Amino acid sequence: MKPLAVSHYTLVTALGHGRDATLAALRDGRTGLAPRPFETAQVETWLGVVEQADSIALSAELASFDCRNNRLAELGLRADGFGHAARAAAARWGAHRVGVFLGTSTSGILQTEVAYRERDASSGALPAWLHYGHTHNTYSVSAYVRAALGLRGPAHVVSTACSSSAKVFAAAARMIEAGIVDAAVVGGVDSLCMTTLYGFASLELLSPQICRPWDTERNGLSLGEAAAFALLERQCDVPRAWLLGAGESSDGHHMSSPHPQGAGAAQAMRAALGQAGLQPGDVDYLNLHGTGTPGNDAAEDLAVCAVFGDELPCSSTKGHTGHTLGAAGGVEAAISMLALAHGVIPAGLNVRTPDPALKAKYMRESRQHEMRVVASNSFGFGGSNACLIFGEAA
Amino acid sequence: MTAVRVIGVGLLGPGLPDWATAQALLREPAAWQRQATVIPTPARLPPAERRRASNVVKASIAVADQALSACGLAASALPTVFTSSTGDPLNCHLLCEALATAERMVSPTRFTNSVHNAAAGYWHIAAQSRQPSTSLAAFDASFAAGLLEAAVQVLSTQAPVLLVACDVPYPQPLHALRPLDDVMAVAMVLAPAASAGRSLHIEVTHDDAPITRCADSAFEALRTGLPAARALPLLHALMAGAAGTVVLEGLPGSALAVQVS
Repeated sequence: MKPLAVSHYTLVTALGHGRDATLAALRDGRTGLAPRPFETAQVETWLGVVEQADSIALSAELASFDCRNNRLAELGLRADGFGHAARAAAARWGAHRVGVFLGTSTSGILQTEVAYRERDASSGALPAWLHYGHTHNTYSVSAYVRAALGLRGPAHVVSTACSSSAKVFAAAARMIEAGIVDAAVVGGVDSLCMTTLYGFASLELLSPQICRPWDTERNGLSLGEAAAFALLERQCDVPRAWLLGAGESSDGHHMSSPHPQGAGAAQAMRAALGQAGLQPGDVDYLNLHGTGTPGNDAAEDLAVCAVFGDELPCSSTKGHTGHTLGAAGGVEAAISMLALAHGVIPAGLNVRTPDPALKAKYMRESRQHEMRVVASNSFGFGGSNACLIFGEAA
Repeated sequence: MTAVRVIGVGLLGPGLPDWATAQALLREPAAWQRQATVIPTPARLPPAERRRASNVVKASIAVADQALSACGLAASALPTVFTSSTGDPLNCHLLCEALATAERMVSPTRFTNSVHNAAAGYWHIAAQSRQPSTSLAAFDASFAAGLLEAAVQVLSTQAPVLLVACDVPYPQPLHALRPLDDVMAVAMVLAPAASAGRSLHIEVTHDDAPITRCADSAFEALRTGLPAARALPLLHALMAGAAGTVVLEGLPGSALAVQVS
């Protein structure tokens, strides 16, 4: 594919608001995870919570969108002036020439979970305050962002579990290439809810401790929440990075377990390299999906080594942010671009004993390192795989 | 403008068991008797997945198989675009119900099936396909969003893509907030412009052009009754065999004008 300019990007995670706070945490090897309560959950685990998602207010005219997920989206739009940059793109290209393609897995379902506790005792009806379409429905975050930014172009939500907000980069690149839009707001937003907390616990994939990707004793993931946005434009005088390739594949193997040899994951990485016209040796750093479950890390390790060999520096940043599910692809795209721009390879946190069975070159300390090309993996339930490759701005 | 060919169609809806029957009924709407959608159990699914598959999975696979048999392509060879407003509503309701109890006992299968891309996941397992797949949502504009995405993929890869749109109604109490009429699913295999088949020229409109409605009032009620049925004017144009332009309901400010020839 023709390299596509990333003119702006930002993220809000448990590490903080915006690029500077995130970069500082990555340099310091600081985690945003903590063993803390969330809502009414009675689950022993560590969480990556974005505190301000409790309190930030949406504008009065968009009040019907009010839910934790869209509040997170609003925090993201305010970080690093992202909303201003997107409105400027709309002024440049025309509001109808700017698309909105965002990923989420659970959208604003927390609203409906709470509403189900307040059903009318006799009729079973849900409380009148629940606005299903603007909160719970899977599309609501793109509807909110499109409305908040005054955009009029095509929009959808990609919801392919934990690959969602990586795949939107591919969708937007195709839309721009086809001449449907000139620019696109992409990224992902996912917020903590009971469905994922109790759901991952039921699958025994939620760790009671902090997640430890690539550790011998890793025993599950830690959940987080986040908003991450990027602005992709057909032309840009001062891009912050280039999207060079976006590879996608399916496992076709199992709904909730990866292909044991990582065959689908390897196919996505090779597709991304093919799109970028790069050889494996051209990549300087790989941000792993690296959830910290025994099976996921083992399969990804095999896939990474099959494609890149065992000398490519790589790490999972889920020990910093937690697994932000439908936002993870966008979050880790932003982290990868930050790493690229500032020459920082982030450490994979919380490793006490590296798993000797895993052969990839896993970085346990953050390191300054000049880079030209970075890649980011995202894999999800349903066997959905994506790999993004970004090139330096110069 | 994006030009693609339609080389296979599948349809399942109320009183509409398949695309062949539906074509005849679209031609003679008076003969259509609206009855609850009957969802076949797909033979394609392995036994373990068949037990766990919900209505959105079964209906999606039924129409995908119809569209594939029409064009003779192998399921394992096709990238897919799945689009749905709601995903699996019964599963969602039962999860919310379980999470509202003191015990909060969640079944692992129920959680696994709660992902919006469940239909795509089951399809790719059944098809033994590692081809790329995406799963979209755009509320009432979900069909138009899926059609645009699939057409743009065909343009980008110059290879056929399978589009599957499916909506399933919520049980109460969510039904009161998001009333969908019945189960409906539509599949199309789209192929590059050089292929044989009916041609679609797709354009995003920005002038609030009037949406094409169904001439028959019963079909028009179906069209507005659930998002996948927003495809009916396009299906009618494909059936009629005549050239014409339909405007499919999209998001405010971006409907899809589809010129069929």
